[in-house]
Amino acid sequence: MSNSHSGNNTANTHWLEQALTQALTKPLSHLVNLEEPLDFTGYVKAGGYVGATKALQECTPNDVLTIVSDSGLKGRGGAGFPTGMKWSCVPALQKQETSEAESTNASFNAQESSYLICNADEMEPGTFKDRYLLEGVPHQLIEAMIIASYTISANKAYIFLRGEYFLAAKLLQKAIDQAYENNWLGANIQGTDFQLDLYLHTSAGRYICGEETALINALEGKRANPRAKPPFPQVSGLFGKPTVVNNVETLSNLPHILKHGSEWFKALSPDSDPGTKLYAACGQVNTPGVWELPMGVTIRELLYQYAGGMKDGVNLKGLLPGGASTDFLTEQHLDTPMDFDSIGKAGSRLGTGGLIVLGDQHCPVAMVLNLLRFFAQESCGWCTPCRDGTPWAVEILTRFEQGTAKAEDLAQLHELCDFMWLGKTHCALAPGAVEPLKSAMRYFKEDFEQHIEQGCCPYESKLSNKEEKKAASYGQ
Amino acid sequence: MNNNDFSVSQIIPSLMVADDDIDFHQYLSSDELKAIEHEVSIMETRESAGIEALKIVQQQRGWISDDSLTAIAQCLNISTAQLEGVATFYNLIYRQKVGHYVIHLCDSISCHLTGYEQILNVIKRHLNIDYGQTTADGQFTLLSNACLGSCDKSPAMMINGKHYHSLTSESVVAILNGLSQNLGDDHV
Repeated sequence: MSNSHSGNNTANTHWLEQALTQALTKPLSHLVNLEEPLDFTGYVKAGGYVGATKALQECTPNDVLTIVSDSGLKGRGGAGFPTGMKWSCVPALQKQETSEAESTNASFNAQESSYLICNADEMEPGTFKDRYLLEGVPHQLIEAMIIASYTISANKAYIFLRGEYFLAAKLLQKAIDQAYENNWLGANIQGTDFQLDLYLHTSAGRYICGEETALINALEGKRANPRAKPPFPQVSGLFGKPTVVNNVETLSNLPHILKHGSEWFKALSPDSDPGTKLYAACGQVNTPGVWELPMGVTIRELLYQYAGGMKDGVNLKGLLPGGASTDFLTEQHLDTPMDFDSIGKAGSRLGTGGLIVLGDQHCPVAMVLNLLRFFAQESCGWCTPCRDGTPWAVEILTRFEQGTAKAEDLAQLHELCDFMWLGKTHCALAPGAVEPLKSAMRYFKEDFEQHIEQGCCPYESKLSNKEEKKAASYGQ
Repeated sequence: MNNNDFSVSQIIPSLMVADDDIDFHQYLSSDELKAIEHEVSIMETRESAGIEALKIVQQQRGWISDDSLTAIAQCLNISTAQLEGVATFYNLIYRQKVGHYVIHLCDSISCHLTGYEQILNVIKRHLNIDYGQTTADGQFTLLSNACLGSCDKSPAMMINGKHYHSLTSESVVAILNGLSQNLGDDHV
């Protein structure tokens, strides 16, 4: 769905006309242009900064909070926490609620300043939806962050971008500079008394930085281990100040909710979860990609209609519905709507909404081993269950792949899953590793057992011999 | 470290760093100092510019030596040990000398499902190095990287900030040869 055009004016106008026809149905992505993202002027012409104008000129921070709460927007970073509820914990907003009458035109400097952080540390394996927004329509995020900062009384905001997204960094910095030049950032934004400084922070490559308290430690220049909660960041976050951390996609909804209203947002989806979602698919499918669709599209539609079905005629073995740290689902779940509740009831999590699809010619144990290697490498090492449990699982799974696993190894894996589960670890990384592992042992039990019985990986002979020979011929 | 099987002594050449041998005013260039102070100015504390400062110096010198680490720590008014804790936490901060080109090959799930192992074997054979090693001529270092976010165009790799997608055994060799050629041309 990349909206390419040649860059000349006619093509540009044509592309924009086409794009604007989808403004009400694909709010997040209709202006995405990966070839030539809209600059400030182009974005304004396309209807940009209207939502922010409405927020700053017509709404009090509490009005914005009410609109966003009413819209039912849930966080798109994986956990699905209601955005309005997250914001409402910020002390500045609570004070306003109690003294609504006096604060008709809230003076921001008088209140305790908060921080807004955009979590753009997209590093969940199999997830690439935020990159699409960051590279395709950078000004949308800037506008969204102005709205969110205004609401939570933040005068400083940071975009925490993963270090590997060099192109996004370049485009975002350009958009930030243009927003400053046009008085959308800095002092007295658009003639109001609202002030906001927005900075881009690029990280240096570590998955745990996507955990909001680890991210805050990283921004403070500390080793990025997650913090204990409570206190929650909304109360005591960056430099001990109230801090809201929101995902790129979550924030990107704001300009449109402000512009078109919460009722419109709810009506976007026939499902219980409102709005649209950036869904994606990767792995062994014909046409991997990312698509903005109404919340609640079924897995079947996503897999066969959008991702073009299974690659090379293989059959579906299983899939992870929302990134590496979600439970496997299988054929029997294909008609499940991709929303937070339905996927939850099916025994997994919507997560980031990106399918990772496994075909039946590929070893599920090898897939889980790859996932666990990732979690073992990215564990921050702070708590024992995660630091020791994830490499231990890797060791056992490696034995399965090498054909030296015994029956008790399977029991040991089950026990490890229990040791690393929620409530026993410092953060959600290890439980996230357990989800694909435990569900794989449930759905692909026979595969695990065959590795033990046959003393080798039953899939190995099908695949790697051929590839090894092919690779050897290219070397040197 | 699983995939990257280098030993601790290889990753951290020396933890015993004598702080007083270095004067950061002398050690860091005026450009480096200026860039670091800019980063400090937009944060609330000096220490919070740590990652940025490491990146600034690495940009100039290719990697973070023990002396660089000490100088940056002094400049930010934190202990070398604290900065070492930050530096070694991240995949993109190099604590040992790397080649002119650093290959970050994505080894996460989508690339696994689309056969990055084959690409890895081709790179290893073509350059005659393993993960964590640098070619004898100092041109290439090979490292693994967690998911590069190019899952719709996997297998993928990143070299010196540029992303390469939909790799095949043929294309990866062509890319490496092209880069090698560029370097040769620069030196003429």
